[in-house]
Amino acid sequence: MSEKKALALPPPKPFHWTQILAIFILLLLGTLSYWAAIATEFSPTRLVEGWPHMKDFLSRMWPPDMTILPKVWAETLLTIQLAWVSTVICAFISVPMGFLAARNVMKNNWIRGAVIFVLNADRAIDALILALFFVSAVGLGPFPGMLALAIHSVGMLGKLFADAIEAIDPGPVEALESAGAGKLATIRWAIWPQVAPHFISFFLFRFELNVRAAVVLGLVGAGGIGFILTQYMRLFQYQKVATVILVILVLVMFVDFFSSKLRRAVL
Amino acid sequence: MSIVAKGLNKTFDGGKTYALKGVNLEIGQGEFIAIIGLSGAGKSTFLRAINGTNSPGTGTLNVLGQEVNLLEGRALVPLRKQIGFIFQQFNLVKSLSVLQNVLVGRIAYSPLWRVMLGRFAPEDRALAKRALDSVGLEGRYHEIARNLSGGQQQRVAIARALVQQPKIILADEPMASLDPKLSEVVIQILEKINREQNITVIVNIHVLSLAKKYAKRMIAFRRGEVVFDGTPAELTEAKIDEIYHMDNKMMEEA
Repeated sequence: MSEKKALALPPPKPFHWTQILAIFILLLLGTLSYWAAIATEFSPTRLVEGWPHMKDFLSRMWPPDMTILPKVWAETLLTIQLAWVSTVICAFISVPMGFLAARNVMKNNWIRGAVIFVLNADRAIDALILALFFVSAVGLGPFPGMLALAIHSVGMLGKLFADAIEAIDPGPVEALESAGAGKLATIRWAIWPQVAPHFISFFLFRFELNVRAAVVLGLVGAGGIGFILTQYMRLFQYQKVATVILVILVLVMFVDFFSSKLRRAVL
Repeated sequence: MSIVAKGLNKTFDGGKTYALKGVNLEIGQGEFIAIIGLSGAGKSTFLRAINGTNSPGTGTLNVLGQEVNLLEGRALVPLRKQIGFIFQQFNLVKSLSVLQNVLVGRIAYSPLWRVMLGRFAPEDRALAKRALDSVGLEGRYHEIARNLSGGQQQRVAIARALVQQPKIILADEPMASLDPKLSEVVIQILEKINREQNITVIVNIHVLSLAKKYAKRMIAFRRGEVVFDGTPAELTEAKIDEIYHMDNKMMEEA
């Protein structure tokens, strides 16, 4: 009797309300994705039909035309220079902004709030949009691209600097204040030694991002390697395009590798 | 007189709880005082009132001839540069050298350009080295503070206070994060400073035996009030029980 009872299956559980909710959310997400896919004219058949064209495109790129390498190097250098100068200018603006945005340095909530607002707004505007603005102000070329990148990077770097400052050990600050040190001296001796390695690391990270952004800005006319890429594309010189793409690949990997090595060394 | 407190009150929780209550004390130049009491009895609040870190609230507090209650912000600097403060957690900049950590004690005495460029005057550097020698850290000037033991770090902090050439040294539980043997070294150094340089030393301390051994005068706080003020010999067992007795309310809060 008891054995038989043990063998009997338990009655099936009714669906729990969270399961019903999960299914509903999945259905909703599926519907939304389908709706968005239609809007973007997503079509697997077009992708399959386009395959011969892609093959054609790729075969025309092969072999890459290495004779243009000297010119590509020169333009690559310009891209790196653009990224470097914009990151340096950005750092000069971001350091004071970072201190003004840090709760433990700037006690005035109005000033701090205003600085944080500027940083947030700056982050929200992409470098490409800023570049359009600066082109109308100073004309075409690398300069507006550099300005755009420098200004746009302040939003991120300033915020990272402020976060690093807020995360310091407050002990040394307390010690210096109680010994009669003023605000600037406290920043110089209690805060700066604690945040400097983080600042260097963030600076290098931002430089990494700016190299990639400088390539993209080149596509819209800021010069450098991105610019010659569009030129060769317009002239249908696909073997030269291939060379440029390869150099971009090497450049980005190279910068990422050394920047991450350096960052590990300073922290 | 080094420090004179009259009717000093400090409240928190919007006036409901007293951190300091009717504190009347006179402390002469060159005294060595141990302040004892349960945690939360007002020991730290009292020390931090002396150098103006905490506003003392109501009543008067005269330190080195200045009324601390009336000072604020930059006006506190002339007073603070004469008062060395030693912390439980040392509060060194761990990534800087021992010598740099001591030199920051000279900031309030140096022109701003020297401070910002890190070009402290040669006589300040010599003073910092002498201070390190006097706490037993000869030749350790260029080591990074992080690499020193806790006891050594606290001695760097004492040297930092010494280069202020202070009239008063306040030490808030300076031994609490050290093991017992090192604790004794720290209090011995403080005792020597007091004896040789006539600096008023006030130490908050929770190890009663060390307090009785080294202090010439002991002051006990309980719930913000001074409940004992006398020599170690006058501190009877009954008095100790009164100072350290925990009633049910304290047990709950602890």
